[in-house]
Amino acid sequence: MVDVTPADAVPPAEVGEVELYHPHSWWTKYVFSQDAKVIAVQYSATATAIGLVALVLSWLMRLQLGFPGTFDFITPEAYYQFITMHGMIMVIYLLTALFLGGFGNYLIPLMVGARDMVFPYVNMLSYWIYLLAVLVLVSSFFAPGGPTGAGWTLYPPQAIMTGTPGGQDWGIILMLSSLILFIIGFTMGGLNYVVTVLQGRTRGMTLMRLPLTVWGIFTATVMALLAFPALFVACVMMLLDRALGTSFFMPAIVEMGQQLQHNGGSPILFQHLFWFFGHPEVYIVALPAFGIVSDLISTHARKNIFGYRMMVWAIIAIGALSFVVWAHHMYVSGMNPYFGFFFATTTLIIAVPTAIKVYNWVLTLWRGDIHLTTPMLFALAFIVTFVNGGLTGLFLGNVVVDVPLSDTMFVVAHFHMVMGVAPILVIFGAIYHWYPKVTGRMLDETLGKFHFWVTFLGAYLIFFPMHYLGLMGVPRRYAELTDMTIMTESAHHLNSFISIMAFIVGFAQMVFLFNLIWSIRHGREAGGNPWRATTLEWQTPQTPPAHGNFGKELPIVYRWAYDYSVPGAKEDFIPQNVPGDFAPSRESA
Amino acid sequence: MAETTMTHTSQMEPRPAGWRGIAADWASDQRAFKNVSWGKAMMWIFLLSDTFIFGCFLLSYMTARMSTRVPWPNPSEVFALRIGGSEIPLILIAIMTFVLISSSGTMAMAVNFGYRHDRRKTAILMLLTAALGATFVGMQAFEWTKLITEGVRPWGNPWGAAQFGSCFFMITGFHGTHVTIGVIFLIIVARKVWRGDFDIGRPGFFTSRRGRYENVEIMGLYWHFVDLVWVFIFAFFYLW
Repeated sequence: MVDVTPADAVPPAEVGEVELYHPHSWWTKYVFSQDAKVIAVQYSATATAIGLVALVLSWLMRLQLGFPGTFDFITPEAYYQFITMHGMIMVIYLLTALFLGGFGNYLIPLMVGARDMVFPYVNMLSYWIYLLAVLVLVSSFFAPGGPTGAGWTLYPPQAIMTGTPGGQDWGIILMLSSLILFIIGFTMGGLNYVVTVLQGRTRGMTLMRLPLTVWGIFTATVMALLAFPALFVACVMMLLDRALGTSFFMPAIVEMGQQLQHNGGSPILFQHLFWFFGHPEVYIVALPAFGIVSDLISTHARKNIFGYRMMVWAIIAIGALSFVVWAHHMYVSGMNPYFGFFFATTTLIIAVPTAIKVYNWVLTLWRGDIHLTTPMLFALAFIVTFVNGGLTGLFLGNVVVDVPLSDTMFVVAHFHMVMGVAPILVIFGAIYHWYPKVTGRMLDETLGKFHFWVTFLGAYLIFFPMHYLGLMGVPRRYAELTDMTIMTESAHHLNSFISIMAFIVGFAQMVFLFNLIWSIRHGREAGGNPWRATTLEWQTPQTPPAHGNFGKELPIVYRWAYDYSVPGAKEDFIPQNVPGDFAPSRESA
Repeated sequence: MAETTMTHTSQMEPRPAGWRGIAADWASDQRAFKNVSWGKAMMWIFLLSDTFIFGCFLLSYMTARMSTRVPWPNPSEVFALRIGGSEIPLILIAIMTFVLISSSGTMAMAVNFGYRHDRRKTAILMLLTAALGATFVGMQAFEWTKLITEGVRPWGNPWGAAQFGSCFFMITGFHGTHVTIGVIFLIIVARKVWRGDFDIGRPGFFTSRRGRYENVEIMGLYWHFVDLVWVFIFAFFYLW
């Protein structure tokens, strides 16, 4: 079908202007706000706050691992609790909430040219339920017995048994309740994001003109809406096992010489449910990062993204494939060995769309006008880190290689590189990139560069040595490694080195936090479009954007999001809402 | 809120039919699903997500049932009622299913009269739907009571696999919660219809958005979904 629509044709509006809720008081404007931008900041602030807790927990773990026996207050039980809470907070309450609740809320309405999310009231509820989930989680630190120490995967039967911290106390109950609340809250927000992208775009904003950021967040949200149900069900069932004594996941088992009342449950069933959520979760975190990094690279290299259509289809393909790979987390679980062949195959197939994305990022940089701004540095660091983490994924995706490496520090190194450090680098880049839009002021570049180099190099100094430790056979989740024969003296030195690096990188984040707060008042005035970017959020009449985002008229979109350095154009960027044909349409390319 | 469905784009320009039309709609601006309002789209996507929840519940139940080494209680006997001196298998469930399916019928009629702006009939039919839903929940409470007095507990029962009680209470309880929430919202929407909120465009109490008669249909989507889920629970739990 040949598209004969002239370039500047404006389609008729299909949806009338939406009547916004107008706040009447300080409370409804800044606290119980229905404005997606305020909700985004609330989400981000809460996620950052709980993320700091997880950062401190990682320090405590590194204290124990790097200097075993020195700190008496870190008992083995406490160590398990630190590990569990660190993992769960980072994956769910920080990364998922920050990418979807934070960036999703801020960027989706602005980037698609909408006044707000489609249902602002539900959106507000989403945040408050998320906050409640976080508070329930935090309360477990103060509950009798402390938080759960079951590991972030919460595998039964140990998760609800006496030997595990919090297993027969409040810890596991509060953790499961908090997750259930999180899923309910997320669903409210997620429905909003999906419907806003599908049904709430402005005139001219076709799906294939969406910035890749929106594609990434959109696809991740759809995945989350389909993957979180499995976690929800698993949580409900484990809660029943723990509170009512049912036996969904609990086999007949002897504990401390006593036969427990449970009988006939299947721990493997939990693992299937958990990883049916857990593996898509990896991409729920990664896809928004893919999208955002594409926009950062294109903007700061002043060049259109290479292979836009392929980038979109790769996002969708990764999202779809990630639902059929979950059991590669379970090669050593005792499931039918033939499954391993299937899941190894699907796992390795994911490398294809992922490689397409990496090649396209590199080709976007090729002969670009690269500005080494702080966001760009983080974006480049992401590509390198993601490739690094992805390569060890090929090791772990193969059954025969995975089996000896299972539950070693190699796994820790792999997933921290690929879904810890890599997305966090994008989050930092995105904050440096969009902070001027949120506050109207630039973050300090000198502090930013310092933050970048310490974080980037430091992360490698932390996680790269872990690969060696893992290959030596050093197990993960062990509180005490002193007496093991594999723990040679050099391995101990390496552990101490990793710990020291962890403290340094952690303190660099304090510099970042200082920068965030200091720049609100003292940063350089940013103006409306400091990066000279094309997407709609930079074309708002006010900065920060006012309630309703755009002025009287919603913008009309005439072009895709990547018209950088168009030959014949006056500037090296053409915003999406500028009409006129400057060059042969690149969309059809 | 202005009409989020407003105009019919099909009148603006001819759209290709079939797959090409779907592709053209998806590739077009503003909306992927033409003439579908925000509320309706949101309900459909929510129901998709909810389908996965019920799907996971049912799959877990099937796993438990298929992998258990002890006998599974025979549903025909467990769910039988003694009426007039003879055990009639599944009689209560048959009535419950009939009641719930009937409520889908009254709901569909309510949607029809809603679009005709017949406030009285719409509200009455919605309240009738709510009454049938409440009857269903009431009969479920009766069934639970009967099983509990016979010694069925979430952690065990007199006849076989402990997972029978666990799955039964969890799945029917989760579905019953859905029906209960539906009944509450049916009453709320029926009140709005009765008061004429959708005719005068009165802003909602919480959301301050103006509702439309389409809200009856969106309510109906949820209700039909809950009925459909029951059909699956009925088939997999009682007939297996």
